[in-house]
Amino acid sequence: MELKEKILSSYVAFENGIDINSDVHEIRTQALETFEKLGFPTKKLEAWKYTSLNSVLKQDYSIFTNKGNAVEMADVKQYFIHDIDTYKVVFIDGKYSSFLSQTTHDTIDVCLMSSALNKAKYKPVIENYFNKVAKQDNLTSLNTAFATEGTYIHIPRNVEVEKPIQIINFTTGSEAATLVQPRNLIVVEENAHVQIIERNQSLTSNAVLSNIVTEVFADRNATVDYYKIQNDDENASLVDNTFVDQKSNSVVSVHTFSFGGNITRNNLNFYQNGEHIDSILKGITIIEGKQHVDHHTLVHHIEPNCESHQDYKGIFDDRSTGVFNGKVIVNKEAQKTNAYQQNNNVLISDKATINAKPQLEIFADDVKCSHGCTIGQLDTDALFYMQQRGIPIKEGKALLMYAFANTVLESVKIPEVKSRITKLIANKLGVNIGFDL
Amino acid sequence: MLKINNLHASIDEKSILKGLNLEVKAGEVHAIMGPNGAGKSTLANIIAGKEDYEVTDGIIELNGEDISELAPEERAHNGVFLSFQYPVEIPGVSVTNFIKTAINETRKAKGLEDMPAKDMLKMIREKSELLEIDRKFLSRSLNEGFSGGEKKRNEIFQMAMLEPKLAILDETDSGLDIDALRIVANGVNKLKSKDNAVIVITHYQRLLDYIIPDFVHVLYDGKIVKSGDASLALELEAKGYDWIKQELV
Repeated sequence: MELKEKILSSYVAFENGIDINSDVHEIRTQALETFEKLGFPTKKLEAWKYTSLNSVLKQDYSIFTNKGNAVEMADVKQYFIHDIDTYKVVFIDGKYSSFLSQTTHDTIDVCLMSSALNKAKYKPVIENYFNKVAKQDNLTSLNTAFATEGTYIHIPRNVEVEKPIQIINFTTGSEAATLVQPRNLIVVEENAHVQIIERNQSLTSNAVLSNIVTEVFADRNATVDYYKIQNDDENASLVDNTFVDQKSNSVVSVHTFSFGGNITRNNLNFYQNGEHIDSILKGITIIEGKQHVDHHTLVHHIEPNCESHQDYKGIFDDRSTGVFNGKVIVNKEAQKTNAYQQNNNVLISDKATINAKPQLEIFADDVKCSHGCTIGQLDTDALFYMQQRGIPIKEGKALLMYAFANTVLESVKIPEVKSRITKLIANKLGVNIGFDL
Repeated sequence: MLKINNLHASIDEKSILKGLNLEVKAGEVHAIMGPNGAGKSTLANIIAGKEDYEVTDGIIELNGEDISELAPEERAHNGVFLSFQYPVEIPGVSVTNFIKTAINETRKAKGLEDMPAKDMLKMIREKSELLEIDRKFLSRSLNEGFSGGEKKRNEIFQMAMLEPKLAILDETDSGLDIDALRIVANGVNKLKSKDNAVIVITHYQRLLDYIIPDFVHVLYDGKIVKSGDASLALELEAKGYDWIKQELV
């Protein structure tokens, strides 16, 4: 049976386990209809022209994983940012792990989406925010149809959260092929500030497909720093659908570090519903083998006097393939917009591919929109310089790649995240040079 | 120290060096002058091992060993240092971290352990004082946003740290104001010893007021066409190169 049919026919069983007389379930069933109509994306769709899910969808996924494997902290500690104190919301095969987590209801809510969806006290928030900024497209709808679990974060006004929040999804391979669909809702009220680190980690070489939807609402003057670490097993695929709604004077940054996985697709969407908003989208992609990373970004400038800054660096080796599709829409009303987009790529091997496409749709006449896109090789003169100083070619290349990606790294605000990323880059490049790269 | 015999080299099938001979002994300072396009930078790059050039004939020996097949980093490990005319910018890697990496990679190649951090710091302190380099400068990203003078001074700082046997300064004086020139030259003079050698490539006599060469060579059309002592540089400064070209005809 095709995956789509399997998903649709499993819905009755899914409904057995949940409250079907809720408003949320109304949203779910509508989403299921949308998915039924649209099906999985194919390469015929412009937005999926360069990313094929065919090989991923062929797997015989278990729609619900009931068998959960136990995970010992010692085995997974390396995937946490563990040198600083953080809140943690951890899932194993889609099920909450209270053992690995550290949640809170003290002033702020850092807890489970299942609680938020089911408990009366969260009802107003769910009514206001759940599925309000998520696009009604195929994969987002699929997630919505089954939305039951994930991370719920609510930061009330004027609260500056003193430590970062880590969201980690582990998959253990308890099934031959696992489909997980976490659903996250992050509401940051006026003048509040939060930092989030998200990681999806497969602990198995069994196939995994994660189809994640995250909605972020940043109210006036709010600040959100979001870091996504994608460094997964080569049999793990990820579709990350993130939607950010910003109000006036808010600053939201999303950094995406894509260092591995099978097929990784990032749909990152920003909607600026206010003035003097700053949206920051940055990413470093370093892949090899047959890995594939696709960044589809959208920044929708709806009102005047806002800014957006995009900076994506990609390094592609072997037969790896990359996509960068950066869309910026500037509405007629969005005068004095300042939209900046930079996408630079280095192809290490002759067989690597990058498809880069800036897409600007500008309807206002008094705006500054710039975009730059480059595809090149490592600078051999720079490499010679390193070698001349006694640095072997492999280490020299690593330093150059690090330097190339540095504009993205230097805007990471959590030092421990920055040093973790630099370590991952060093590991990735197989070097051990005299300092923490 | 360095012995070059009948060196022929080309780039993209264009012949640049056409039978060049040069011998540099330990403790000596040689200046190589010559008009634009004579092959001065080519010579520097070839000694350092840049792969863009094809050596079609001749030998390059360092301390009696043929180095023409060695990779650039292997030549560096053997004590060759080239101060670049246009040093490369490396954002995100500080001057200190870069030089640490360079030193420890060189030590690694020699089978030595990393230099202990304490010794490294001491050395950095000494050498930066020698070149009148501000400490803050050392934590900046390598060459990023450096002025021309800062880049050159940083090159000499790296040279001081790496303690090469053979240092080649490729137009280190270009882009330097007179104060920076004096500091750089002083640095080079202080690092000079009976065990190492320096080749100064320059257009102008100016630098040679500070770094007094034992020999001056004129490189023209891929060959060394005239050699002399320091007074030759003064003569070139006064008379230009035309008289040499005419002598050759």
